[in-house]
Amino acid sequence: MAKVPVQFTLNGSEKAEFVESGTTLLHALRDKIGDTSPKGGCHQGTCGACSVIIDGELRLSCLTLAETCNGTDIKTTAGLAEGGVLHPLQRAFLDAFATQCGFCTPGMIMAAKVLLDRTPNPSREEVIEALSGNICRCTGYEPIIQAVLTAARANSQNAA
Amino acid sequence: MELRKNYFADVRKDGLHEIGQPRPRLDSPGHVTGKTAYFADRNFPGMLHLKMVRSPHHHARIRSIDTSEAEKHPGVARVLTAKDVPHNVYTILILIQIGPEDETVLADGKVRWKGEAVVAVLAETERAAQEAAAKVKVDYEVLPAVFDMEEALKPGAPLVNEHHGQNYYLYDSGECRKVRFGDVEAGFAMADHILEQSYQSSPIEHAPTETTGCVVAPEGNDRFTCYTNTQAMFFTLDNTSIILQMPGSKLHFVGGTVGGGFGGKVDVIVEPIAILAAKLTGRPVSFIYSREEEMQVSSPRAAEKVVIKDGVMKDGRIVARKVTGYTDAGAYSRHSPYGAQKGAAHYPGPYTIPNVWIDTYCVYTNRTPSSAMRGFGVTIGDFALEVQMDKLARLIGMDPLEFRFINAYRDGDMKAHRQPTEGAALIECMQEASRAANWPVAEKYMAMSSYRKGA
Repeated sequence: MAKVPVQFTLNGSEKAEFVESGTTLLHALRDKIGDTSPKGGCHQGTCGACSVIIDGELRLSCLTLAETCNGTDIKTTAGLAEGGVLHPLQRAFLDAFATQCGFCTPGMIMAAKVLLDRTPNPSREEVIEALSGNICRCTGYEPIIQAVLTAARANSQNAA
Repeated sequence: MELRKNYFADVRKDGLHEIGQPRPRLDSPGHVTGKTAYFADRNFPGMLHLKMVRSPHHHARIRSIDTSEAEKHPGVARVLTAKDVPHNVYTILILIQIGPEDETVLADGKVRWKGEAVVAVLAETERAAQEAAAKVKVDYEVLPAVFDMEEALKPGAPLVNEHHGQNYYLYDSGECRKVRFGDVEAGFAMADHILEQSYQSSPIEHAPTETTGCVVAPEGNDRFTCYTNTQAMFFTLDNTSIILQMPGSKLHFVGGTVGGGFGGKVDVIVEPIAILAAKLTGRPVSFIYSREEEMQVSSPRAAEKVVIKDGVMKDGRIVARKVTGYTDAGAYSRHSPYGAQKGAAHYPGPYTIPNVWIDTYCVYTNRTPSSAMRGFGVTIGDFALEVQMDKLARLIGMDPLEFRFINAYRDGDMKAHRQPTEGAALIECMQEASRAANWPVAEKYMAMSSYRKGA
């Protein structure tokens, strides 16, 4: 099958791959590039475990074709910690016991990051709305909501 | 978190340094950085993808299977049928002597539920495997099917599973698990009121975010590493050893990291066929359920029916309880004979009742095989029992919480299955619940104790 060249920035570094036309970004990230932080839970855009950030927008990588990502800037949870220091969201997820099996966690953190980038001090309702596309089957939603609110407070204190 | 130390204060050594203290989870740093390695995060060069051809019928004889077109499909490496599996008929609990072996890895001559695995196709890509699977031709003769437990137990019902010979699991105690304690008919004769009610539940799917699967890599020395999300590592290893007629020393299982299980990943389903495929092709193999397979094919919690007949006195004492429980195993045993047996021990509930009669049946139907899920054999029973308790309290005009205090088991009470009660805490839990829910009960109940005589 014909291969298509794709180039994008992943967590700050340049990536170039040849993919089969029709390859999802999830497949390209996990199986070609080796960033396994986005997870495949449903491969049909319903669980949110594959969420990544493309040019600042929250995207489901299982429904995004890799060939449409040429020239984009992609961020995943694997690239969130800087110099070994956890991002405030990661710290808050740890401290609030917001992980159980952990499978939904990278997607949850991506969704939360897009929210906080736009709305630094979200209300509880805004957090719930922002996470509504991400399923946690361990049903640990409350600690996750608390973690996002805590990270928002930590951010605003640092900014002050 | 508030730690109440007044309960059991006189019998407890008060060295509780850990309880009530938050401690970081060891696995969380991996989860929040995306570094935790789930089985599907393993990728090997030259890995083949396995897709299963599944039965579209609830019950059918297989006249013939034609894999020739599938084998010619571009990218296909191998097609497996029943004859390729060394020990094709198995049952998980044979490891603890709960037989007979009643289930096939790949269907042989017959399918007994819609979704049953018939042919395994291995190809270079998932897409090629999927396309080739669609080219496998299976000629079926559809047979009458039975979906209702009570229908299945009637004479003349279609026989679901020939390995059992009848549509129920034959325990050493006969057609059901039995508990007999006291004289239940004498209990009903003396009761002021009798209440008989029937409770039913549907199958429930665990729906973990991570679907069931495994990745197998041949190590090159006739040994195989299997990365799996099984919740039952050694059960899976030992059953795989039986199915593949391969010593356990040839099998290296890596797991323990499960993206949600809830009991849904305790069956031995994906690993044996994936390891066999890796052995026969000499290549790494990935077998991962699609979301549709997870929802339709993986074992759910069993459907149950629970019929409870209670005799109760006006003063609140339950004097007789008769329970008939039915567990829908679906077409194969898996863990359901054990689940139904657990129910038999559990049905009196956490209550001391002098006269008890319990029968629990594990029934075979042409439905998706059921298996473990959080407290299986007990959870649906608890729903039935506690609804029944509320109805009994209403029947005699008593507060439902006080009614439970009167019947609560306490240390030293003999349970119906002849285990003396030890370490009971029901009274204390209900006292705290009464406070927390602001549901007051009479002072005499707040003075009761699970372990202090006379209190």
